[in-house]
Amino acid sequence: MVDLFKRFFDGDIWYSFKQNRLVMVAATVALVCLLAAIFAPWVAPHNPFDLKTLNLLDAFSPPAWVEAGKAQFLLGTDDQGRDVLSTIMHGSRVSLIVGICAVFLSMVIGITLGLISGYVGGAVDAFIMRVADIQLSFPAILIALLIDGVARAVIGKEHHDQVAVYVLIFAIAASGWVQYARTVRGSTLVERNKEYVQAARVIGRQPLAIMFSHVLPNVLGPVMVLATLHVGTAIITEATLSFLGVGVPPTQPSLGTLIRVGNDYLFSGEWWITVFPGLALVVLVLSINIIGDWLRDALNPKLR
Amino acid sequence: MLAFIIRRLLQSILVMLAVGFIAFSLFNFTGDPVSLMLPPEATQADRDEVRKTLGLDQPAYVQFSVFVKNALQGNFGISLRLGRPVSQLLVERLPATLELAMTAAVLGLMIGIPMGIFTALKRDSWTSKIFLTGSLIGVSLPNFLIGIFLILIFAVWLGWLPSFGRGDVTQLGYWSTGFLTESGLKALVLPAITLGFYPVTLIMRLVRAEMLEVLRTDYIKFARARGLTNNAVHFGHALKNTLVPVITITGLQLGGLIAFAIITETVFQWPGMGLLFIQAVQFADIPVMAAYLCLIGFIFVSINLLVDVLYYVVDPRLRVDRATSGGH
Repeated sequence: MVDLFKRFFDGDIWYSFKQNRLVMVAATVALVCLLAAIFAPWVAPHNPFDLKTLNLLDAFSPPAWVEAGKAQFLLGTDDQGRDVLSTIMHGSRVSLIVGICAVFLSMVIGITLGLISGYVGGAVDAFIMRVADIQLSFPAILIALLIDGVARAVIGKEHHDQVAVYVLIFAIAASGWVQYARTVRGSTLVERNKEYVQAARVIGRQPLAIMFSHVLPNVLGPVMVLATLHVGTAIITEATLSFLGVGVPPTQPSLGTLIRVGNDYLFSGEWWITVFPGLALVVLVLSINIIGDWLRDALNPKLR
Repeated sequence: MLAFIIRRLLQSILVMLAVGFIAFSLFNFTGDPVSLMLPPEATQADRDEVRKTLGLDQPAYVQFSVFVKNALQGNFGISLRLGRPVSQLLVERLPATLELAMTAAVLGLMIGIPMGIFTALKRDSWTSKIFLTGSLIGVSLPNFLIGIFLILIFAVWLGWLPSFGRGDVTQLGYWSTGFLTESGLKALVLPAITLGFYPVTLIMRLVRAEMLEVLRTDYIKFARARGLTNNAVHFGHALKNTLVPVITITGLQLGGLIAFAIITETVFQWPGMGLLFIQAVQFADIPVMAAYLCLIGFIFVSINLLVDVLYYVVDPRLRVDRATSGGH
């Protein structure tokens, strides 16, 4: 383990990281967001979901630096008197959980199908890739919306709120697996003809074991880059779906839900309720995208 | 040529059938229509009778063929939420969405191409760097947030432009247009900028990349050697070859724009198909969802087909490649 760390800090990637100031800033910002989200229940100045501490008299107070602002609410309060800064911290928690879970599930689906497609080949390959082609010609958001709509019809409105988060994760995951499948399939096609795979086959290992314990580690590199960039996209998709009102329920708001709620007060002048969650979303996604872009170049041997 | 078109046509029909099948299977999720239609005290015989008259006793493939036949005639049933024929709803909403998407596409071309040329020709200038960084931020900005910020600045703070709806529309037969009235045009500005944001950044990056590529080729060097002016080289020779892929990608993006209009239409309460669809998703209104899916699928597939065929006609290299590889 220590050896692994040492190799990492001596390696090219760490060097390239130290050379790039923009990426260092982005990584710091992303880390702060991540920590703020993870420890939101402990570090947030208020608990926005504890009804006892909410006071309706505090509702709609503007950010602290505006004239009518109150010092204890740095970014102001929303319609129910909840501290906007605290709701943002809790909201980014939900956004990050949904985003990361969706990316992980997407990876699992995509890698599995890609491995099978590349390793087995033939009709299975043709079928999986045809489905991927068709899906790729539609925007991800449309597919996620469709899955969500179907889930609503199957589950029924009354139970939907309880499972909304899981449906959302699945919808985002199902709309994003194609990229992984294509990448993994491409590398698997190369790997399957190499000697170590033939050797594994000769000593009688099962196809599934070969795929997952021999081929998989060798095709994982590009997948990690895809996954980093996908976290940003997944968070945007989640926010968009929540904004459209088909994402997570308002009882457990994500950044998208917060923006949706705040949007209703835009015209009455309470801009901070929607602008700050919006800015938080942009900062989070932008820093993740910068890291992903850098990682793609840093891991690309052609650019070294 | 003909064989190529026929093969692509068959592929497109297959994709449409797949999309149609997905739309058809959506209906299976809504539960048994018979039990919804009959009172609870109905006997089994009554149920069988209704089942038979509706054709629900037939095997799935027969039901699917009936669905396809109806869909081809534009018959998708009645909206569960609004109680009106779905096709009628879609026809009413189609002009709003198409006008918005077209304006956004034109905006993308008119702003994206000059910006792309500029950033390619003046690579090291500050303006180029600002454009490129701006486009990275633009990609990271969720579409709905751009809309909200635009509303906040131009509708709420400055009060220059309306923030929702289409303004006054004029009816031209079946088509309702917002292009002919002042309020219609004003209402179009913010949604079109919101929806056009992504195409602008995409086209700018594309034109820049293509232009840089083309400027390195031999015929450009030759044109310079002939002593042509910079303008003649850049705009007479280079730009022409840059535009072929740009037109293709823009064409392909048009379908995406229509789908992405869902978000813009929700932000601006623009009365188009996207708003209809999102309300259908919220209410699990399956007939509308199915019809929208088929329509969007049809638009995507036809655009893809058209672009492929046009590309084949426009680009002689493709034909040569195919001829040498044995008419494959």
